[in-house]
Amino acid sequence: MHNRRLDAFRLLLIALLLAAVSPAAAGSRPWAELIDAARGQTVHFNAWGGSAQINGYIAWVGEQVAERHGIRLVHVKLADTTDAVARVVAEKTAGRHKGGSVDLIWINGENFAAMKRADLLHGPWVAQAPNFRHVDVQGKPTTTVDFTVPTDGLEAPWGMAQFVFFHDTAYLASPPPTLAALADWIGREPGRFTYPQPPDFIGTTFLKQALTGLAANRAVLAEPVENVDAAEVSAPLWAWLDRIRPALWQGGRAYPQSGPALQRLLADGEVSMAMAFNPAEASAAIAAGTLPGTVRTSTLDGGTLANTHFVAIPFNAAAKEAAMVVADFLMSPEAQAHKQDPRVWGDFTVLDVAALAPADRRRFAELPLGIATLSPEQLGPALAEPHPSWAAWLEAEWERRYAAGR
Amino acid sequence: MIRVFPALALLAMLGPIAAGLLGTTLPAFGLLPVVGRTSISLGPWRELLDQPGLLHSVGLSFGVGLGASAAAFVIALGFVAASYGTTAFAWIGRLLSPLLAVPHATVALGLAFLLAPSGWIVRLLSPWATGWDRPPDLVTLHDPWGLALGLGLLLKEVPFLFLMVLAALDRLDAPRLHAAARSLGCRPMTAWIVVVLPRVYVRLRLPMLAVIAFSTSVVDMAVLLGPTTPAPLAVRVVGWTGDADLDRRLLGSAAALLQVAVTASAIAVWLTVERLATWLGRRWLATGVSGRNENWLRLPLAALAPLCLATAGAALLGLAVWSVAGPWRFPEALPATIGFEAWIGAAPILADTLSVTVLTAVFSAGLAIILAVGCLENETRRAVTPPPWVDWVLYVPLLMPQVAFLFGLQVLFAATGIDGSWGALVWAHLVVVLPYVFLSLAGPWRRLDQRWAQTARTLGHGPGRVLWRVTLPLLLRPVLTAAAVGVSVSVAQYLPTLFAGAGRLNTLTTEAVALAGGGDRRVIGALGLLQIAVPLAAFAAAQFLPSLLLRRRRAPDAARRRNEPYGEGFSRTGPARHTGPNASPRIP
Repeated sequence: MHNRRLDAFRLLLIALLLAAVSPAAAGSRPWAELIDAARGQTVHFNAWGGSAQINGYIAWVGEQVAERHGIRLVHVKLADTTDAVARVVAEKTAGRHKGGSVDLIWINGENFAAMKRADLLHGPWVAQAPNFRHVDVQGKPTTTVDFTVPTDGLEAPWGMAQFVFFHDTAYLASPPPTLAALADWIGREPGRFTYPQPPDFIGTTFLKQALTGLAANRAVLAEPVENVDAAEVSAPLWAWLDRIRPALWQGGRAYPQSGPALQRLLADGEVSMAMAFNPAEASAAIAAGTLPGTVRTSTLDGGTLANTHFVAIPFNAAAKEAAMVVADFLMSPEAQAHKQDPRVWGDFTVLDVAALAPADRRRFAELPLGIATLSPEQLGPALAEPHPSWAAWLEAEWERRYAAGR
Repeated sequence: MIRVFPALALLAMLGPIAAGLLGTTLPAFGLLPVVGRTSISLGPWRELLDQPGLLHSVGLSFGVGLGASAAAFVIALGFVAASYGTTAFAWIGRLLSPLLAVPHATVALGLAFLLAPSGWIVRLLSPWATGWDRPPDLVTLHDPWGLALGLGLLLKEVPFLFLMVLAALDRLDAPRLHAAARSLGCRPMTAWIVVVLPRVYVRLRLPMLAVIAFSTSVVDMAVLLGPTTPAPLAVRVVGWTGDADLDRRLLGSAAALLQVAVTASAIAVWLTVERLATWLGRRWLATGVSGRNENWLRLPLAALAPLCLATAGAALLGLAVWSVAGPWRFPEALPATIGFEAWIGAAPILADTLSVTVLTAVFSAGLAIILAVGCLENETRRAVTPPPWVDWVLYVPLLMPQVAFLFGLQVLFAATGIDGSWGALVWAHLVVVLPYVFLSLAGPWRRLDQRWAQTARTLGHGPGRVLWRVTLPLLLRPVLTAAAVGVSVSVAQYLPTLFAGAGRLNTLTTEAVALAGGGDRRVIGALGLLQIAVPLAAFAAAQFLPSLLLRRRRAPDAARRRNEPYGEGFSRTGPARHTGPNASPRIP
């Protein structure tokens, strides 16, 4: 019995060693060769799985790549993208340099910065992808600079995001146009506003948005947090949060745990406003029946944060070829147009639509804007994200101030 | 061959716990060789103590866990004491057992919708009674005191303890004891407390400690109902051990060990209270008791358990309604329209998670049955009586906080490359499933009359043939019931799937908890209903398969009756005495 177990273990070890010495796959091969190699591979796409619309879109992508390229796409639904980053870190530390469990990861900002810094990403490969030439790298500079960090071809742009607020016109006719007006309204109608609890992505973005809007000198936010007097820079933010806290939903004793959780509070009528990093999310939610038809979108005077979200391939991905083929498909005009349909997901395209072939341009022209979506002009100015190091600092400081028990 | 089973079962069950604990302890002291941390340090502990609100989190885990356990104990035993022998007792008993098969997460999901400021209770009262046309700004869920979490735990622990009391009563001649005390002039409830309770408690102690261990370290229910500013300790441990920052993982390992200490001290407090109660009880008895004035206490005690049952029932009904709800705005008590869009739209996800859930449950329960049957058959053949410590060993997986060993186990699984595989997932489930399956099967097995097997042996059959042709058919119903217990335990698991499934294998429970944060409530309702359907299907199969499989055999029920080949019950059929679902221990 014991011996048999040991033998099985030895076999496993030998198999692992053989896998480790086999020649590295996927260099800068011609794309056609890559497509051949990708056939039959399984791509574990690690993407946040908290939204039914997005999950539905990823399922559609899975059908498409199965049909076109014989690739099996498995959506690994993450509660938080750091879970996947952590997994790759763990695999690297455990010496698993091949056959990793994450093939493709939905990523941006601090997670990308961390993976790039730690050499956890495959590439550069993005420039090879045929559909990358459609990307509007001029008009949308965030497609190559992610939260002030250059992407260097390590991640492929997937969608555009701008921070927006939703309000239910049944309860709130016109949303506050500035942070000061927002604080006034919260004080006047206590219990009807809150934000997701950091370190949730939307909650942290709300902190960054408020910091960007309130900081005396916005330029210092492009610096790494350790290079500036963060306490002084952020003082107006904490003063503002202290001011609104007593009048937050549940008196700030509890916070919704995610953006969608906040949206559900809006749907239930518990709060009058919510927020998202996707300008079309309200329309998509109305179409899906998870938000009432009276919800509309707004931004702040002076603009809101905007960024791009990407897909990247870990250094040890088991199916690098297929992951690249899937990423290329994600950048195709067809997939981008389908994604921008508010009835599907409503995520804005990274492509330069004006430069597309007429047939592809029509795909976008035919899309409805969505009942609650603002036009690009109405969306207002797009503000740059602070340096990624600010996120963790703000989250830790927020926890110390508001989540340590009273 | 059969002799290897006890060792195999111990290895399968305790191996992962021991390895996992080691894998958690070393990083807590700075040792994680795979990332080049090779020097012992107290750094992780220092960082842990620096975490904001740490004491608060510890206090929540300890207070809410122990408080909910104690309340469940009082409610379950109070109900039995107050209603023993009445028709209400029999009825509620029948209704409580299926509730036991419902996973904790399902109850929590339903309860969240019931209690929310925009939930069912407020909707039913608004606006006619409350005047609210918008949900009030009341803190009812995720309250900083953990009351919602405590209530959720209570709803699940009351049925568990109640059924453990039933199983214990089954082995006593309780009606006669009770009647004797009553004939000495005791009122019914006092008679039960004085005469029956002490004998029942002996068998209830370990299950009660398991309840405390579970409640002080629960994660899924705490995520769904518990405080967030800060969260109870176990929830934060899961967050830290999954952090991309390796220092946070070391810190998380230290916090996992702290969790063991918190759970151990809650158990220690309970055992102290138990001593104190025994001492006080003796003094009380010495004064001579009759319980003349027990009525004022009897009614509320008899009412609390049915109230828990009704709350849980309403919570589950809410999930069912949500799964088919169209637009449903506050304060409407019912959705405006009914439809199956969520079921249809989420069909691929539902089918995926359902198949992972069922396969994991069937394999872990099946392996557990094989191991348990092997151990028990080994006992029978070698005519050994298991020493009393075996009970404690079986309870190790139920007394050890799961976060304490699962992180270490995940590190080991990842290092050997089997994390996220079916084998790892089934094994992680087996650790928790095996004790329940064994405890469920051991009673009926050990009570089976040896003369059945002896008769077959004297007719010249070998031990293997006797096992297959005599023992197992006779015990088919308890074996299947134990398997159903195993299935329901597996379906309810959250952390083992989270850690061993590595995000690649998701069950109904992990999916429901992940979506609970903000997913479509209709899909959550559908997931919740499937979570209930799987264990109920297993129990239904355990109920109906035996008569189907054994219909060619004469009087198979004789074995359930008295297990005596030559006794008076030989050819009579009757209701199960020891082997019905009531005798089955299950997840606290």
